[in-house]
Amino acid sequence: MFRFALSRLALIVPTFIGVSIVAFAFIRLLPGDPIMLLAGERGMSAERYAELQAEMGFDRPIVAQYFDYLLGLFQGDLGTSIVTKRPVLEEFFTLFPATIELAFCAIVLATTIGIPLGVLAAVKRGSWIDQTVMGTALVGYSMPIFWWGLLLIILFSGTLGWTPVSGRISLMYFFPPVTGFMLIDSLLSGQEGAFTSALSHLILPTVVLATIPLAVIARQTRSAMLEVLGEDYVRTARSKGLSPRRVIGLHALRNAMIPVITTVGLQVGVLLAGAILTETIFSWPGIGKWMVDSVFRRDYAVVQGGLLLIAIIIMFVNLIVDMLYGLINPRIRH
Amino acid sequence: MTHVEADKPGMHQEPDAAEASQTTASAPKRRSGLAEFWYYFSQNKGAVIGLCVFLAIIAIALLAPVLAPHSPTVQNRDALLLPPAWQDGGKAAYLLGTDPVGRDVLSRLMFGAQFSLFIGVAVVVLSVSSGVILGLIAGFFRGWIDTTIMRVMDVILAFPSLLLALVLVAILGPGLVNAMIAIALVLQPHFVRLTRASVLAESEREYVTSARVAGASRFRLMFVTILPNCLAPLIVQATLSFSNAILDAAALGFLGMGAQPPTPEWGTMLAEAREFILRAWWVVTFPGLAILITVLAINLMGDGLRDALDPKLKRS
Repeated sequence: MFRFALSRLALIVPTFIGVSIVAFAFIRLLPGDPIMLLAGERGMSAERYAELQAEMGFDRPIVAQYFDYLLGLFQGDLGTSIVTKRPVLEEFFTLFPATIELAFCAIVLATTIGIPLGVLAAVKRGSWIDQTVMGTALVGYSMPIFWWGLLLIILFSGTLGWTPVSGRISLMYFFPPVTGFMLIDSLLSGQEGAFTSALSHLILPTVVLATIPLAVIARQTRSAMLEVLGEDYVRTARSKGLSPRRVIGLHALRNAMIPVITTVGLQVGVLLAGAILTETIFSWPGIGKWMVDSVFRRDYAVVQGGLLLIAIIIMFVNLIVDMLYGLINPRIRH
Repeated sequence: MTHVEADKPGMHQEPDAAEASQTTASAPKRRSGLAEFWYYFSQNKGAVIGLCVFLAIIAIALLAPVLAPHSPTVQNRDALLLPPAWQDGGKAAYLLGTDPVGRDVLSRLMFGAQFSLFIGVAVVVLSVSSGVILGLIAGFFRGWIDTTIMRVMDVILAFPSLLLALVLVAILGPGLVNAMIAIALVLQPHFVRLTRASVLAESEREYVTSARVAGASRFRLMFVTILPNCLAPLIVQATLSFSNAILDAAALGFLGMGAQPPTPEWGTMLAEAREFILRAWWVVTFPGLAILITVLAINLMGDGLRDALDPKLKRS
């Protein structure tokens, strides 16, 4: 297992280098002078320009610039936002909990509904239940989630008035962030109604973000279950006289879960891409909205840093999924 | 709704006994390629429905200048935010209502179909052609060329596709063409991986060795001998990419980075309508519904194609 883990770790090194090159090249590929871009729209004097050029190392050879950049990365220096003047890494860590909170709730919702539905569809194969579940899953999979979010706002916030339209908590509550997770912080604050408010703000974004992963997980669970249900050991278990619940729950489901776990892990990339749209629709102050806003504000230092950080997160989650897969399925290790 | 998920080998649903005996009796033992394909494709009712809807969308797109009751860009100050015809205050002339500057929603949707289909076709052509060539080169030449190409693809796949597309558009500048280039680039690694995997599998086969011994050139081996035998998974992936391209382009349009107003692209229409969502449900609902129906139809077809083209699923 150790060797397996090491070999997987070795594989992500070239990817990391590639990702860092992309992030490094980004500011240099933008049309126009990077320093003028970093300076914003106001412009600057020639002396200041030369000073900045030396300060940022733009007068050095490009390879040296890249190694400077890499060195900075390992020291946690991802540049400074042009708009807020705060370090990019600091901004990232302020906003990241909001995205984790949303993504975590979404993946929990998607698995707790998606897996049972997939199992049900497989067990009742060909029935109206199967057809309804798979039909709905395909609609969910084809859903433009930015539109889905707007529809839910029209219905639940506009017409019914059940949920708030945007943000993480009602403006009437204020407490210093402890963990950065609004659900936990609102509980810790002890203010009456704060938790309910945080929860009601979370519901619609969670549903929107969970839609595509839910559909993918349900489809994957169904086909994994169908494959396993045809295996000899399932037939043996059945012919031994075990109850259907035991056969499905104990023998079939555990083996069917192997590909499903990989699918769930791979949804992290989908979730982060979905977060870009979901957070924009619901004005959710996470890293997805941060990236979109930064692109529009031309805050390229943030875009560069955020791009790198998000890619690193996805790489590490994929690594963990890979290892988990090796752990539960010993065949893959060799 | 019909049965759409691909079944696993040996578990395929048997058709009705009567229907099966009828087909075996009337059809020759070995069906010709196209007939065989249609036989398996038409087994999947969802796929046939998807195909019909898709053909209808193509027809609407092509005939938009004839079918559309109004111009997609002409603003009518006498008809701002009119509701659909069946609601109070709606006019029969504007079946699906009008947008905040008085343009007919239905006409804009019809012309929007042109853009969505064009985006899908252009992106798929771009990403398939570049992806297949890179995949063929990687799988055929192996060695450092292969490693380099595949590592670059890993890097592209390390970013969430929409984020990478968004950043690429920030570099290239907002607009429909740049959005399409960005999406094609983001979708292309899947084709490289698929082609390379099929090439590796096929290269070991005897027909390739015999062609090589017979003196076929590298070019001929790559494109004439091997490529046609790798097509099935590529076609399925191309269908999925078609729907992904439409979704991503609409998402970029929605974020203001795709087609620019007044282009009647569906995602851009949604972006323009956003501030009116609580006042005028129709300006938001219909463009999204158009995206959903188109993408759903293509995905239904994709499931059918997979059933029909995947040799493992065929009952021999």
